[in-house]
This record gives sequence, structure tokens and C-alpha cells, in this order.
Amino acid sequence: MRGRLAAVVLAALCLVRAGNVLPALGAEPAIPSDEAAIVHALSRLGFGPRPGDVERVKAMGLASWIERQMEPQRLDDRAAEQALAALPTLTMSIAELQSKYPRPQAREKAADPQMSPRALYDRPPPENRPVRIVAEMQAARLVRAIESERQLQEVMVDFWFNHFNVHAAKGEVKWYVTSYERDVIRPNALGRFGDLLRGTATHPAMLFYLDNWLSTRPDFTVRFGPNRGKRAGLNENYARELMELHTLGVDGGYTQQDVTEVARAFTGWTIDRPREAARFVFRPTTHDRGEKTILGIRLSAGGGLNDGERVLGMLLHHSATAHFIATKLVRRFVADDPPTALVDRVAATFRATDGDTRAMLRTIVTSPEFWATDARRAKIKKPFEYVASAVRAVGGHVDARAGFLLARSAAEMGEGLYGAQPPTGYPDRAEAWVNAGALLARMNFALALTQRRLPGVTLDLSPLAVDRAAPETTLDRLLASLLHGEPSAQTRSVLIAQLTNPEIRRQTADDRGPSDTDVEKLAALVIGSPEFQRR
Amino acid sequence: MLTRRVLLKTGACALAAVAAPPRFLARAASAAEARRKVLVAVFQRGAVDGLSMVVPYGDRDYATARTSIAIRPPRGGDADPAQDLDGFFALHPALEPLAPLWKARVLAVVHACGSPDRTRSHFDAQDYMESGTPGVKSTPDGWLARAVGTRSAPGSPFRAVALGPTLPRILRGDAGAISLVSLDRFDVRASTEAAVARKGFESLYEQSVHDLLHGTGRETFEAVRMLKSANAARLAPANNAQYPRSRLGESLRQIAQLIRADVGLEIAFTDADGWDTHVGQGAEQGQLANRLRDFGASLAAFTQDLGDRMGDVVVLTMSEFGRTVVENGNRGTDHGHATAMLLLGGGVRGGRVYGRWPGLARERLYEGRDLAVTTDFRALFAEVAGRHLGVAKPAALFPGWTGAAPLGVIS
Repeated sequence: MRGRLAAVVLAALCLVRAGNVLPALGAEPAIPSDEAAIVHALSRLGFGPRPGDVERVKAMGLASWIERQMEPQRLDDRAAEQALAALPTLTMSIAELQSKYPRPQAREKAADPQMSPRALYDRPPPENRPVRIVAEMQAARLVRAIESERQLQEVMVDFWFNHFNVHAAKGEVKWYVTSYERDVIRPNALGRFGDLLRGTATHPAMLFYLDNWLSTRPDFTVRFGPNRGKRAGLNENYARELMELHTLGVDGGYTQQDVTEVARAFTGWTIDRPREAARFVFRPTTHDRGEKTILGIRLSAGGGLNDGERVLGMLLHHSATAHFIATKLVRRFVADDPPTALVDRVAATFRATDGDTRAMLRTIVTSPEFWATDARRAKIKKPFEYVASAVRAVGGHVDARAGFLLARSAAEMGEGLYGAQPPTGYPDRAEAWVNAGALLARMNFALALTQRRLPGVTLDLSPLAVDRAAPETTLDRLLASLLHGEPSAQTRSVLIAQLTNPEIRRQTADDRGPSDTDVEKLAALVIGSPEFQRR
Repeated sequence: MLTRRVLLKTGACALAAVAAPPRFLARAASAAEARRKVLVAVFQRGAVDGLSMVVPYGDRDYATARTSIAIRPPRGGDADPAQDLDGFFALHPALEPLAPLWKARVLAVVHACGSPDRTRSHFDAQDYMESGTPGVKSTPDGWLARAVGTRSAPGSPFRAVALGPTLPRILRGDAGAISLVSLDRFDVRASTEAAVARKGFESLYEQSVHDLLHGTGRETFEAVRMLKSANAARLAPANNAQYPRSRLGESLRQIAQLIRADVGLEIAFTDADGWDTHVGQGAEQGQLANRLRDFGASLAAFTQDLGDRMGDVVVLTMSEFGRTVVENGNRGTDHGHATAMLLLGGGVRGGRVYGRWPGLARERLYEGRDLAVTTDFRALFAEVAGRHLGVAKPAALFPGWTGAAPLGVIS
């Protein structure tokens, strides 16, 4: 009863917010409600419209749809969850993953010394190999982007994972990455930046990926295990990327000296039993107890675990961090070259709310810059976005099996999920994704999709079937359904020319298949067209 | 034929080849008029440890700085010896396939080479090396794209090609560079009537819109048509060249196919990653050795595959910076400053290490920790662009730079 009441109050609050009554939103007539705006919102805050989405959003009001997206846990998501049930690793703990998808054992190696590392990994059946873990995560990302009602959450998971990138293929990370996304990124995707920062800093995936788990005070000698007696010492990798990529940005005003001092502060932040449950632990014995000076601030000797905590706090509250995160968010949601006035306002929101992602997103979606005409379709879709939006546009539904295939398609276009090797993650600018090979891969994907060569993707193009009596009218219907905006006059005329092509206008079933082949071809052309590469 | 075969074999036989210059050098002179020069740039992303790749074993501070990862100096009897170059430097043992090329004087090293900018950010340093403007992030295009732009246009869509799923910064700009992963798969593929689909897509991108998408689309279809007629993907490696089955091996194998198919290639680019060895770098064996083994074997196979044609080709390797002189707490190395770059091919005055050696004594190190830069990467790149590709004012490829005396590494 109480829960219900709380829900009602929350819903009421949402409505008030959506109606722009709260002072936080000021008096701006912030969110338009026309169809073009709805398409824009669905393409920027989600992975593009499915058939019927525009009408559904129109019915509830765009402002209200956006607010609902801000509270994803309240959206019924059974369809996506059902598809994900076929991916058992998603809910497993690190310890379970380690035992069910084991690394090749030393003793198997001993039994056959000639065996190469590759062959060792390939010994178990594919469904029990460690690579399966990452494949399931890739599939899940695609399934969620396509099927989930929680579109904004998925966009933000993609954004934050990429911001705090780890490379799944590096060493132990493949056993950790499931938990990393599930337990750190996803719960905080619309939450506070500080929680993401601390969550990643203490997660085995990040500790391993950027080597901090091995970083110790300079004169430390290993006392147990196979490295007993060996000297260890400082490793700068995490310290540098923490400032350059996670918080301040490369021009955020830190020096090499700061990098070294931050690395000292994080000594002792390591992984307990990395090949079992793998948990964060602070080991005072490997920690550098000396005094440190970081960004001009003195940390007195003996700070212990608190040294790292203080560094995270300093970085969280540094104005360069607010600006850096704001820039990346505005680049993701508005334009490759983010309008500086909006970046400044989002940075101000970051500072005022201690890095509240929801609040920053509200600043963005209530800004004139977000809705400006020249911001519409100004972003080139990343491969992941392209694949998901294409399946959604044709009303496709996917199961887990399709997820694997679709992830491979995105990889062919240059974006292998969890496969970005450098800590920068993948770029969010058009020129990184537009090139000859990748464009061909996109066109080929459009063909494979519409020709139903992707097992696990179900789609029905018959509602779009070309009416023989009025081909141009039906073409316009198809364009409206897939592109939603005005296609260029030339795109339309090219497609009209295609209508007269005998190969496309085949109207009766024959040995090449049913008579609706023509709509498949037209749909492939539209999905592969320049217009559809944009969002 | 005999000369080259010997040259490309390994070990002691190769010594016999030193007396006679490889034949491709002689042939290059006459063929150069008809055939365009080709530059193949290989980027070692992640910052290769130049001190392990080309080991300054003669520097007495080398071994003391690296207690567990120093490469042993070359001497007889070792299981996997470093390949002595000149009594001071040696190639990492895993680069043994390159040793015969050194002896045949077609392989040169520029050591202590790098950027004047002090950044130790992978991202920024790569950006500066690719834009050709250290310290300036706003440069819109890459220096290899500018190098293409300065030359008279023969109109081949394959003038500038990057092997990989994305177009690298170094080739972005107005050069019309294309990127591809696989020559085999570089086409519109449909279950039926692929030609109809290709024509349809081509018309869509033919629109007179001048943006990145349409421009790229037009170039793509031009390239698809040309590649079909040249049939480059069918060319098997020549001269029994054996490429490693790695990404780099695959890329170089396909670059060789494009060169041999005469599709008008002038600049090819590929990258090789895995050089960011913060932990467990290894010495004669180990993580870095494995990467170098692939690197050396790929370059050697490429040279062997191209045979005489190598006379028109220069391979230039680069990496964003080097690594700390002293090893870190995890038997690895952190981000440093200068590194070593290699040049291989016709016109390279090989068998020599270029650049002034700054020394590894602590007081000589950059910021007290890294190998200092004595050769600005722009000096090397400008020389390659000028003397090999024939760019008239190569210093102008690097805005804000006034030029430097040539190293003399390209004849």
C-alpha cells in the first residue's frame, strides 16, 4: 500500500516536471511535441523509432515519454527480459563464471606440452569456453537496444561503458566484465557520476585492465606465491587514464608529477583472489604510506585507503571534470562539435548536482540547442546504433541467437562491443565511422536484414508491400515508415526509378520467392541510404 | 633471382649476400619512371618500447636500468641472440627475420625519434603524429592525406588505402583515402541480384551533395569497380612468402596484392597494436617478444612477396612515443618519450642507425625518466615524403614547422 502511494507521488512529481512547473526547469518552453521532434528524441535518446512508436509517444506526450525514460526501473521490460533469459552468464557472479567457464588448466597443458595456447582454449566445447561470456554480453547489448523499453538507459549504458572502457580480451577481464557492466555501469547509468567513478575504481575489471592491481609502493617485495621474493613497484597506467579519460580530460591541468603521485595514492588498491570471487581489497602492506601532493593539495603521510578516496573526491569536484563530462554528453546527444554555451550549462548542472546524470540530461533535452533544426540528423550513427536502429525501423524482433549475429555485424563496421583495446573507448565523431569498407558493410547488412538472412531476427515487411496500382504512394509510405523525415528529392527519385526496374517490380511469385521481393529491395536501399546513416 | 633469395633467407647464408646489392635496387632505377612509388606506413599503436626493439646494448646504463627485462647483448652461443647491428645497437631476437635485410642494407633504424610535445597520452600523441602537428589538436586532416593531395592526381581510387575497419586520422582529409578490412569482401553482397543492389546503392550515393557520406559513397563504388577488374584478391603471395596469420600479416599481404595488381596505390597504412606493455613485458621471450615476432615476420614476408617490386616501396614504421627507461614495479614499462622507427625498402640507405644517441645516463633523460628525442618525427616523415614520394615542399606538410636538415636515410 505504502509502495503504491509512493509510486503515485513519484508519478505526480514526474508529471509536474514534465509540465515544466518545477523551478529546476525554469520557464523555458523546453520540449516541443511535434512529430519531427518525437522522431528526433527517439533517435537521440534511444535507438530509433519502431513502427508505431511515434504515435505512441504522441499519445502520451513527448515530455512525459522523456520523463518515463529517466526512470527506467518503472518501465515494464518483459519482452527484453524474456529474450535475455537464454543468456545464462548475465546473472552469474565472477566466481560462478570462473568455475563454469574455466581457463585452460595447467595440468591439461602438462599432459600435452605440445599444445598451443590457442588449442588449449579451444578444447572445451564452444558453449563452455571463456569467450562465451563476452559473446553473451554482446548479444545482450543488441537484444536490449532493440527490444528494451528502457531506451535511454541502454544509450547511457553504452555511453558510460565506453567512457570507463575496459577491453574484455585483456587477461582476466573477460570473467569480470559481466559484473562490471551489471553491477557498476547499469545501476548508475542515470545516476551520479561519483558512484560510477568509485564503482569503476574499485571493480576488478578496471583494476585489472589498467594494471592498478599490481601497482605497489616502490620498495615492496612480494612475500607469498609464485613471485615470492620479487620486487614490485609503481604502475602509472590507471592514475594517468583516471585523470585523462575518466575525469579531468587531457587538458585538465595535471602534470606528470601528478600522475606519479596519484599512482602512489592508489597503491594497495588491488584484487583479492583474482581467480575466484575477485573482490576489491585494500592492502596496507603494498600501499605507499608517504606524503603526496596532488594538484597542489597535500595528502599527509599514513592516509591509507583514504588517499585514493580523497583523490576520487578531488577529481569529482574539479571543475575540469564537470566540463569534460559535459562536453562528452553534449557530443553524444547534440553534435560532433558540441555548442559551447550548452556545454557550459551542462557543466554548471554537473557542479550544482554533484554529477547527476539525470539532471544533466534534463539540461540537454530542455535546451534550444538539442532541438535546433541543424542538430536534427546531424549525428552519424555508430555501427552499434546503426544495426539496432535498422532492426527497429523494419519492426524486427530478435532473440538471443540474433544478438550474436548482430554483434558480429557491428564489429564488421568497426565497433566490436567490449572490444575497444585502448582506454579511450570508441570515438563519437562521424569521421571515425564513415569510410569505404564500413559503408559497404552497412549496405550489406541492410541487404542481409531485409532478405532475412539473419537467423533469429523476425520481421514482417508485408504491411509495407508495394501497391501495384499506386507504386509512388506506397513508396512514400515506406519512406515515411523507415525514414520519418523528408528524404532528399534525389533519394526519392532514385527509388522511383527502382520501381520501374523489372527486377524490383516482380509482381508474382516465382521460383525466386514470393512476390513481395520488391519491398525487400526497396527497404534495403532505404536502410543503406545516406539518410538512414544519420540520427 | 639468386641474390634476393639469399637475401631473404635467414642466418649465415645471408651474410654472403652482402657483397652484391639486392637486384631490386638496380632494377628500381629503370622501372621508377613507369611505376609510382609506394609508401607503406605501419603504426605501432600503444607505444612500442624502442629500447627493446632496437637495443642500445652498448650504452652502459641500459642493463642497469632494466633488471628483469633488458635484452642480453648479442654473443655467440645464446639460444635466441639479439641481432647485432653496429656494435652498439642490436635488433631484438624476435626480429631475426629482419636481420638479413639489415645486412643487405635495405633496412635502416632511426633511434631516439619522436615528438617535441611532452604528452604521454596515447590518444594525443597518436593524434599529433597522425596530424603531423605536435601540440595542435585543431588540424583537420592527416599528414599522409596532405601528402597525397600535393601530388598530381592520376585518379585512382586506390591512391591511398588504410587496411582496417576505420579510416585512421593520418589519412583523413581530402585525399579520398579508402579503408577496408578484406579485398575479398569489398563489394555489395546479396543472396540474389547483387548487381541490382549495387546499382541502387550507387545511385543513392551519387547525389550531388558534398558531405562526408556522399563523398565516401562515391569513392567506394569507384573502388569496388576497379578492384573487380584488377582482381587483386586472387594474387597469391609470390616467392614463397609466408605471412603470419595475424592482423598485421593479413594487412601487409593485401597491401602487396594491391601493389602487384597495379591499381595505382601510392600510400598504404596499417596498424599493429599490443605494444602498451605496462606489465610483464618480457625480455628475449614473452609478451613484447611475441608482438615483435609477428611484426618482424610480417615485414619480412612482405619484402619477400614483393621481390623486385620492393624497389619502388618504402615501409615506414612509427609509434606515438617510447617507454620509460627504468622498468616499473611490474616488470613492465610506463609511458615515455622517444622510440625507434624503422625504414625498409628500395631507396633506403640501410644498414645504419640514424639519429644522435642521447644516452641513458639519468641526467641525459627527458624529464629524468625517458629517452630524449633527438630526431623530430617530422624530420623523418618529411624526408620520406620528399625524397621517396617526390613531394616538392615536404616541410609544408607539417604546418608550423620550418624544416630540418635531412637525415640522409633515403637516397
